[in-house]
Amino acid sequence: MSGPLTIFDRPRDYIGQPVPRADTKRLLQGRGTFIDDIQLPRMLHAAFVRSSVAHGVITGIDVAEARALPGVVAVYTGADIAPHVEPYVGVLSHLAGLRSAPQMPLAVGVTRWIGEPLAMIVAQSRAVAEDAAALVTVEIDPLEAVTDMETALDPATPVIHAEMDSNLAWERTVDVGDVDAAFARDDVTVVERRFRFGRHTGVTLETRGAVAAYDPSEDELTFWYSGQAPHMMQFIFAKHLGLPEENVRVVSQDVGGSFGIKIHTYGDEVATALAAKLLGRPVKFVADRMESFLSDIHARDHVVDGRIAVDAEGRVAALAFDDITGIGPFSMYPRTSAIEANQVLNLTGAPYVIGNYRAHAKVVFQNKNMMCQYRAVGHPIAMAVADCLLEDAAHEIGMDVVEIRRRNLIPDDAYPTQSASGMKLDDLSHHKSLETLVETMDYDARRAEHAKLREDGIYRGLGLISMVEVTNPSPMFYGIGGAPIASQDGATIRLDAGGGVHVSSSVTEQGQGTNAILAQIAADVFGVPIARVKVTTGDTRTTPYGGGTWASRGAGIGGEACLQAAQALKEQVLEVAAVILQSAPGKLDIRAGAVVDAEGGAERMTLSDLARTVYYRGNELPADLKPELVATRHYRVTDFPFVFTNCAMAAEVEVDPETGFVQVLNFWAVEDCGRVINPVLVDEQVRGGVVQGIGGALYEECIYDAEGQLQNATMADYLVPMAFEMPDIVVKHVETPTKTSVLGAKGAGEAGTGGAPGAVMNAVNDALRPLGAEIHQMPMTPERILRALGKV
Amino acid sequence: MAQTRMIRLTVNGETGSYTVPVRQNLVDFIRNDLGLTGSHVGCEHGVCGACSIEVNGDLVRGCLMFAVQADGAEITTIEGLAESGRGAALRAAFTARNALQCGYCTPGMLATALDYVEGGGAADRDAIRAHLSGNYCRCTGYQSIVDAVCDVIEGRVEA
Amino acid sequence: MKAADFAYEKPGNLADALALLADPDRDASPLAGGQSLVPMMNFRMAMPDLLVDLGALDELRGIAPGAAGGLTIGAMTRYADLEASELVATHAPLIAMALPHIAHAAIRYRGTIGGSVALADPAAEMPALMLAMDAEIEAQSSQGSRRIRAAEFFTGIYDTALAPGELVTAIHITAAPEGRRFAFYELARRHGDYAMAGVAVAATGTNRADPRIAFFSVSDRPVRAIRAEAALQAGDAEDAMAALDEIDFAGDLNADARTKRHLAGVVLKRALGRL
Repeated sequence: MSGPLTIFDRPRDYIGQPVPRADTKRLLQGRGTFIDDIQLPRMLHAAFVRSSVAHGVITGIDVAEARALPGVVAVYTGADIAPHVEPYVGVLSHLAGLRSAPQMPLAVGVTRWIGEPLAMIVAQSRAVAEDAAALVTVEIDPLEAVTDMETALDPATPVIHAEMDSNLAWERTVDVGDVDAAFARDDVTVVERRFRFGRHTGVTLETRGAVAAYDPSEDELTFWYSGQAPHMMQFIFAKHLGLPEENVRVVSQDVGGSFGIKIHTYGDEVATALAAKLLGRPVKFVADRMESFLSDIHARDHVVDGRIAVDAEGRVAALAFDDITGIGPFSMYPRTSAIEANQVLNLTGAPYVIGNYRAHAKVVFQNKNMMCQYRAVGHPIAMAVADCLLEDAAHEIGMDVVEIRRRNLIPDDAYPTQSASGMKLDDLSHHKSLETLVETMDYDARRAEHAKLREDGIYRGLGLISMVEVTNPSPMFYGIGGAPIASQDGATIRLDAGGGVHVSSSVTEQGQGTNAILAQIAADVFGVPIARVKVTTGDTRTTPYGGGTWASRGAGIGGEACLQAAQALKEQVLEVAAVILQSAPGKLDIRAGAVVDAEGGAERMTLSDLARTVYYRGNELPADLKPELVATRHYRVTDFPFVFTNCAMAAEVEVDPETGFVQVLNFWAVEDCGRVINPVLVDEQVRGGVVQGIGGALYEECIYDAEGQLQNATMADYLVPMAFEMPDIVVKHVETPTKTSVLGAKGAGEAGTGGAPGAVMNAVNDALRPLGAEIHQMPMTPERILRALGKV
Repeated sequence: MAQTRMIRLTVNGETGSYTVPVRQNLVDFIRNDLGLTGSHVGCEHGVCGACSIEVNGDLVRGCLMFAVQADGAEITTIEGLAESGRGAALRAAFTARNALQCGYCTPGMLATALDYVEGGGAADRDAIRAHLSGNYCRCTGYQSIVDAVCDVIEGRVEA
Repeated sequence: MKAADFAYEKPGNLADALALLADPDRDASPLAGGQSLVPMMNFRMAMPDLLVDLGALDELRGIAPGAAGGLTIGAMTRYADLEASELVATHAPLIAMALPHIAHAAIRYRGTIGGSVALADPAAEMPALMLAMDAEIEAQSSQGSRRIRAAEFFTGIYDTALAPGELVTAIHITAAPEGRRFAFYELARRHGDYAMAGVAVAATGTNRADPRIAFFSVSDRPVRAIRAEAALQAGDAEDAMAALDEIDFAGDLNADARTKRHLAGVVLKRALGRL
């Protein structure tokens, strides 16, 4: 779809270069603006009384003592709030059969998870609000808690929503080819495994938070929030609080980590907006760390029974699995909690040629905190299931794990094609990436070294993963199902009088470097030094309409919109310049902030001179020339549901068989995210993602007891990866630009988190195999490994 | 009624007297009363390290001290470092290595890295990782932070 | 997560501090380094009426040679001071070995030895070190002063022999006999975390005479393994490992009692290997 000549046909100063992010200087001087940094006149502070019972009928809430406490301005219960909020239901029409129940910001009548907000205190300080929260007495008649997802559908298990016949939220089967016949073949080896993936959560270092301000004179709500999708939230507040959509302004300034955590409708945040509306005063809510563990969405928590059949040549004859996942008592609004299971169905085995594929998933309700989309949605499960089955099968038939991949990966020249589940695939490079990986990690030498070390009682292992990664989603992801989630994004670029350029974009910045890559693109495409580019993101009032940053779409979609807008502005400016200079647009160019002769590059006039002429001395221009010096372009992916990327990774671990401890010694990733706009930022995305993936593989788990109580809701007990245990990570790139855009960029944010867990699991099993042990449960804790070894 | 005390302390070179609730922790005081919001609150139980600041020359968790305990103390925050120029090499290295993404851990990470560098720490990746092991970063994977600290110790950075 | 309100006093001398702590009508809590107490207050798991800040009691700070050799360490001496001390390295090498494993630099700048001993966290290193070194804990109250042997001091989870109003003021470490050797080993999921299991060992000479074996993070308190010590005294390290069933192992989130039993054997074996 590219035009005759693009930015990639000429020298560039910024795209592809490791340009430092301008934002870092501000943040390194303590000049960021995160939610809790915002102080407004007359601002109040919220705290919530949260349920301590996983399932029960609320028979009474006594707030009298709390209300009487000096400094308390308002106390709301679910009943107080209900008349002001339209309930929300987390379903999407394209996930056929998905059901959930209406939700309110604070529980009304029945509480369904420990941590659910029951009452809200608004006070002069957070400390006083917490004092008051401690004075609220809640009476709950406990009901039996449904906590085990594997028995949630048993007839004897109570149903969480009385209006439903069971705890089933959604179910889907993908069935391609003749799976049963393939498994029945007498020339195949069948490997079966049960995989368990623990619940984990995002642990953004800045907890969720918001400041809401309401101006009754204008009926306007302004909502500063730490989040990824301002326009989506604008719709939600307008609809559910009964405001005209244009009267809701949502602002995301600095966001202290998000990873998919801060892109959902949380009752405490809706209640904060409502309290501001009811009181006519700004209200701040910043979750404390315990609230964060209890109420930020969780993810994963799947049990998968998988099996694979391979023939003697190592070719996959069939892959099949049953997945069950428990999502908490509701499907989150508006993205729903069925997407992760749906991704598992869609993505498992997608790197490979698999003709016979059956995947079945059940999504069930339970009385735990809700689950939803967190970084690399579904990928860790899908990739681990396929690649752990594949590596286990390779060992069964005595084949090397690299060789079995060579025999099954979709050939690099086979695109466009589709995956076993029917996903359209294009511009992928599994084989090239795998071969680059094998060379980078010195695969054969390491294998030999491991064999030698085993003689000394040192157990090391290598594990690989070949994966696809969902990026740049089209409207087929959410919009088609009725969600208020834009898949297109826009960029507006303006030439200011001083010759500087201002970019305003609907994608958001959470630290990935969105603002930096927008500046790189604008600077190169329009033709100014990057220091002359200013970028605004994260404000529904001032940016074009769009989806925000999630599903690794900021660079690919937001970046392409920016490229096109910059190109359009350039054409405009050259048209004006041609008139002023009595030349032709085709004979001129813009370089380094000046209009120059396209041939030879001699400077003709600075952009500042041009802009000042247009803005101040329009009398010098012909009357029929009406320059705007501003251009807006929007972009969406049209040819594919997603633009897939691919990555090949490997982990090297050492397992201590006496203690069950696993150390990740080395990690390598070869990523193909198409055009690399800024290699430093891409490498950082991959490395940070890998470390999150290692967290899921070895450390992180939300541990619940049978009553639905989260046992480790502190940072001392929920083990995130810290610096000492993490390895250095080697990152390499293969660049296969997507043909869906001029920019050619795909996303890079999910691969590490999506692929590392499977690679680490394969590596651990490679190390354990000589000891006659195996493990298919994440996180692979020392205790679980000791159990696998029969030591405890 | 909340119990209060008068304290006198010096923050980033500026001395003042303040009345504080005795239950207010030091980082809340610095952020909310002094407006120095560069120090961040991440967990309020001393684990994440985001609120790490310098008190009387020592690296401490701002959430594990009450402001009243800081009576008479000299405190330096990330803003003070920027104003005085101290730590300039680390800041330059953090930018060059992109050793921060969202920036929320950065005040504590910078303070902890400075404690290591000024304490004469070696350019030994394991030792650096050990010293940083009480500071949580969800974004970077830590490698770029270790790189930045090594660059400073080995003199590869012009401040 | 803000602490509940409390009254605050910062006495200028020990007598005044003890007088404040002696008031039977107030739920008074001494504040030493605060690295464990303040998080518990922020969680509102601890809500004292009165916080007695020991920060001005310089008489409780410092490391000095003991009267009969060994060391006397003031209760308010910080981990960072212990780390920097030649005296500690020479006369209490177990402490020097354990310090890098205790939390992180920022915590060690504030945390104190007396605070850790008085808190008696069964997962913490310092109480077990007291047992392994056969230290004496000096406690003072407005009624007077006494010394309590470590073996009698730790009585349960977060429980000690301290009477109401009593404050840990010093740790007395007796002089180690010539040839005394020490070893320390712990297994923590992450550097600086509380251990899954850990052990401090002391013994004399190459034949490991008069051994002391003290575990932490395996039970409801720091525990000496008396039978294992006897086995080691008898010269049999394998028997020592087998004798650990005497301990009343208690599980936690990272390891159940059975896993603790297993890991106790591993850490003991590895510590003995370093002895």
